[in-house]
Amino acid sequence: MRLSPFAFFKAGGSALPGYRLSLTLTLAWTGFFIILPLSTLLVYPWQSGPAAMLGALHDTRMLAALWTSFSCAGIAAACNIPCGFLLAWALARGNLPGHRLADALIDLPLALPTAVSGITLATLYGPHGWLGALLSLLGISVSYNKAGIVLALMFVGLPFVVRAVEPVLRNLPHELEEAAHLLGARPWQIFVRIIAAPLLPALVTGFGLAFARGIGEYGSVIFIAGNQPFKSEIAPLLIVVRLQEFDYPGATAIALVLLCISLLSLALIGGMRRRFAVWSEPA
Amino acid sequence: MTRYIVWAVSWLFILLVLVTPPAMVLTEALKDGLAASVATLSDPDAQAAIWLTLKVTCVAVTLNTIFGILAAWVLVKFRFPGRQFLQVLVELPLSISPVVSGLVWLLLFGAQGWFGPLLEQWNIHIAFAVPGIILATLFVTLPYVVRTVMPVMEVQGRDAEEAAVLAGAGFWQILWHVTLPGVRGALLSGVLLTTARALGEFGAVSVVSGHIPGETETMPLHIENLYNGYQSVAAFTMAALLALMAMSAVLLRSAPDWIARLQEKKA
Repeated sequence: MRLSPFAFFKAGGSALPGYRLSLTLTLAWTGFFIILPLSTLLVYPWQSGPAAMLGALHDTRMLAALWTSFSCAGIAAACNIPCGFLLAWALARGNLPGHRLADALIDLPLALPTAVSGITLATLYGPHGWLGALLSLLGISVSYNKAGIVLALMFVGLPFVVRAVEPVLRNLPHELEEAAHLLGARPWQIFVRIIAAPLLPALVTGFGLAFARGIGEYGSVIFIAGNQPFKSEIAPLLIVVRLQEFDYPGATAIALVLLCISLLSLALIGGMRRRFAVWSEPA
Repeated sequence: MTRYIVWAVSWLFILLVLVTPPAMVLTEALKDGLAASVATLSDPDAQAAIWLTLKVTCVAVTLNTIFGILAAWVLVKFRFPGRQFLQVLVELPLSISPVVSGLVWLLLFGAQGWFGPLLEQWNIHIAFAVPGIILATLFVTLPYVVRTVMPVMEVQGRDAEEAAVLAGAGFWQILWHVTLPGVRGALLSGVLLTTARALGEFGAVSVVSGHIPGETETMPLHIENLYNGYQSVAAFTMAALLALMAMSAVLLRSAPDWIARLQEKKA
């Protein structure tokens, strides 16, 4: 059956009941909880005139904060690629002893409320914390600077990479590696051509999810970051600062940029994923 | 040989990065002994924060579960123009910064917001009050039930429901007796994820709450307040309690598996 636009509320292409009721309720709920709130972001910054909006976008403190969020999220996601790959490998292929426990522990950063991870990481890596004291022996200070932000973002982003890579690794046929080995491939050749190539879409997804999460992350970062303007101030925190100054248009401008970056990066990942998937498809 | 190195490095990494934080929470909470930390929980502001968090979580989980089931039903069982767009919209809160998720409610209901001044005339307060906290929590937890239930409903197909229609069943009967029993596990998982997120939401709630101790402070906000006031034991005790609640919600998702395994052993 073909649907005309006028049949929107009638058919639904199915003989099941409840279409109109459930669609109406779903549209009402998403309308009030998604469309209405997000439309404020699109409209509010322009209410005081386009000049004000453009002025807000030129604010150097905002650009610094956006750059901090962007670069730290990128570095953290990149660092999570090898770490996440190692853990995914150990879980999927390595017969890791205690793999059930390890598997549950991987999800811990997702389960831990962000405020709890925030104060915990700040204490743990602070100058007197267990790991902070260890690192300061090596002359590394991670609290109250960008290294602390990267560390916190690595912690919250790790599960995304592991969970994206692990199922693909598990389903990768073992025979391919053995065949490559028999055909005389070196271990690194096997790794690059047989294992890494089909994993690329999963790695890109993991990177993208960790990055998108990192850009907007607030609770787990602000306690360890030190929050110095122009140095270790992340964009979400600057939104809060602007709100405390009752500068709503300024806060909204940052929010709009932040939203665009995360949507853009997610769209980009979707595109790259499709491309790599075609490229790495077994011939 | 390589295998042993991978094992050693993996466990070292897990211990250093993933096990130390919860261990740290416990040791910091129990620094002055169990009695001292339990005593911090009897503080009236702490109790108010715990109650507020439980209340907000209950409301958010109930409403978003009902919505999630209906949205999954309409998105999976029917085909209509704009269906994919609706699906993207429903999942949008997952990719939005928590702070932005709070900000949008201020832009709607704050003193400088679209509807704030209007509601002020009728003496209705949403921003910097409990309703705002509930709205922000509803926003961030909206996608979880839909996302977990949809794939399972997809696999289920429509045959059973269509048979039920022929047998004369109505919408609610089909939903209750045919569809929901088949997605029980996924629904439980979605509800528990919603619970964990609602309990621990910090950024969004922090923006709309107004931080009035004893009134609009949820557990995560109270933790921040205590931590910034150098009340370390109290902060980490509350953190331990909150982490325990959220983590048990996440772990409980595998409860059906445990029960199935137990029954297998018995049989």
